[in-house]
Amino acid sequence: MTIKETHQSLIKEFEAIDNWDDRYSHIIKLGRQLPDFPEEYRLDKNKIEGCQSQVWMYAKLINGKLQIYADSDAMIVKGLIAILLRAYSGFTPSEIYSTSPDFIKEIGIDHHLSPTRKNGLASMLKQIKMYAFTFKALAI
Amino acid sequence: MQNESETVVKSRTPLKYREFNIDQIRDDFPILKRTVNGKQLVYLDNAATTQKPQSVIDATTHYYTFENANIHRGLHFLSEVATESYEQARLKVKEYINAMSASEIIFVRGATEAINLLANTMCRAGIIGEGDEIIITEMEHHANIVPWQLMCERNKAKLKVVPIDDNGDIIVGEYDKLINDKTKLVSIVHISNALGTINPVKEIIKTAHSRGVPVIIDGSQAVQHQAVDVQELDCDFYVFSGHKMYGPTGIGILYGKTKMLENLPPYQGGGDMIRKVTFEKTTFDDLPNKFEAGTPNIAGGIGLGVAVDYLKSFNMSNIIKHEEELLNYATEKLLQIEGLRIIGNAKKKSSVVSFVIDGIHPYDIGTIIDTDGIAIRTGHHCTQPIMQRYNLPATARASFALYNTLEEVDKLVVGIKKVISMFK
Repeated sequence: MTIKETHQSLIKEFEAIDNWDDRYSHIIKLGRQLPDFPEEYRLDKNKIEGCQSQVWMYAKLINGKLQIYADSDAMIVKGLIAILLRAYSGFTPSEIYSTSPDFIKEIGIDHHLSPTRKNGLASMLKQIKMYAFTFKALAI
Repeated sequence: MQNESETVVKSRTPLKYREFNIDQIRDDFPILKRTVNGKQLVYLDNAATTQKPQSVIDATTHYYTFENANIHRGLHFLSEVATESYEQARLKVKEYINAMSASEIIFVRGATEAINLLANTMCRAGIIGEGDEIIITEMEHHANIVPWQLMCERNKAKLKVVPIDDNGDIIVGEYDKLINDKTKLVSIVHISNALGTINPVKEIIKTAHSRGVPVIIDGSQAVQHQAVDVQELDCDFYVFSGHKMYGPTGIGILYGKTKMLENLPPYQGGGDMIRKVTFEKTTFDDLPNKFEAGTPNIAGGIGLGVAVDYLKSFNMSNIIKHEEELLNYATEKLLQIEGLRIIGNAKKKSSVVSFVIDGIHPYDIGTIIDTDGIAIRTGHHCTQPIMQRYNLPATARASFALYNTLEEVDKLVVGIKKVISMFK
């Protein structure tokens, strides 16, 4: 699947859920399924500081593709991480950098982008784009 | 002029209190009728900010609609009307906390600005210098920590912290040990925003005064929940925000004893705070103008005055009784939930319940419960040292105001049970 197709599949998956309780239950389920975060990356320098929950994120380039690892102590945030990882991890830095995060609005979790949720989606998304930008620049 | 106006305010003090009727009270707050996520709003984040009664909303609208002009300046009709309204508000606040005179009431942006004003001016006045010590407690809001840290760095002074016990009470014996000849100031919160602890401030002030040490009380969580009498407390300074006591945002109060305020230099320079300006030297106006540079938040001040009217329309003991009932009921119901632990079990508590649930992050609690239209606070409540003290990343907090009901507590309990079932 291309990055755009992946985003489309996420939209479809969430379209089928028509109420908030079920939507959050699904996000919680995705959070529970998130692969374990490699402990060697659980460092302060990989922490996204914020007001509400703790988030760790690390990314590296494997065969030209960005592999992203992330974790949180809050389950809903883990669920949001799982969504972001499906949307971006495993694609090239160029693909990641040039694809807009419109799917977030379409799956109806865009209120998590609000600035009060300091380490909600907004800062994680920014961090992913930063990794993509950096690796893209390094490749030139 | 102030003495004449004081007579007016006194005559406005209601002879008869309003009946404490919760339905009528809820009707005073238009926002309580709205829905959130399709559900009736249950607003339980009152320690962050309270909602505003229609009278406060109307007062600010009335000011901009009919009275808007700059104060203390023009001779024209509107400027005089605006000045009169603003100064009346100052008098209402003076009456409310029983200050000796209206000139002891300084309008500021909020409690945070009040403490920054004090830290800045005390530093410049040389009240706190190298090697001196300031005492605060482990349960302070960041607003009563960071300004002092900044000041200590600048003046090479030291910050001493009174610890709290597992229940969230100050260990008074430790305070008695910390205070010594180097102590130049004690700054302490009246009621903790994160734990609800009501501190024995009168006792603390007495101990400090016996050694000639002035005391600042952060009353941000107290003025809306109990009668505060600054003369009876004998505190040197008392600070609070308007928006936590049913008033507008962006307005707050610094109370100081006249002698204490007179000993401090101005905070900011500008219009309205001067007597005479030349390029060689400027002389400053008397209190309170000395500390009120620039055009103030006139609408906010007037709104705060009306919020004081609103609070004073009730017998305070009825507010206390109602909020105690909410606290006791919430505590009892929440403790019945398996895995839920209340953080802050002080002997004397205000209507704040901080809690954690085994295995569920407060962020998750707050997010899910919000979908049911229930507003609680989750996070560190700007009191990170408290979270460190209890080794928690965050807590969830329900905080009550005079308009909350027992049914709303029930909704909170139902909401929490739903959260637990979703995360099981």
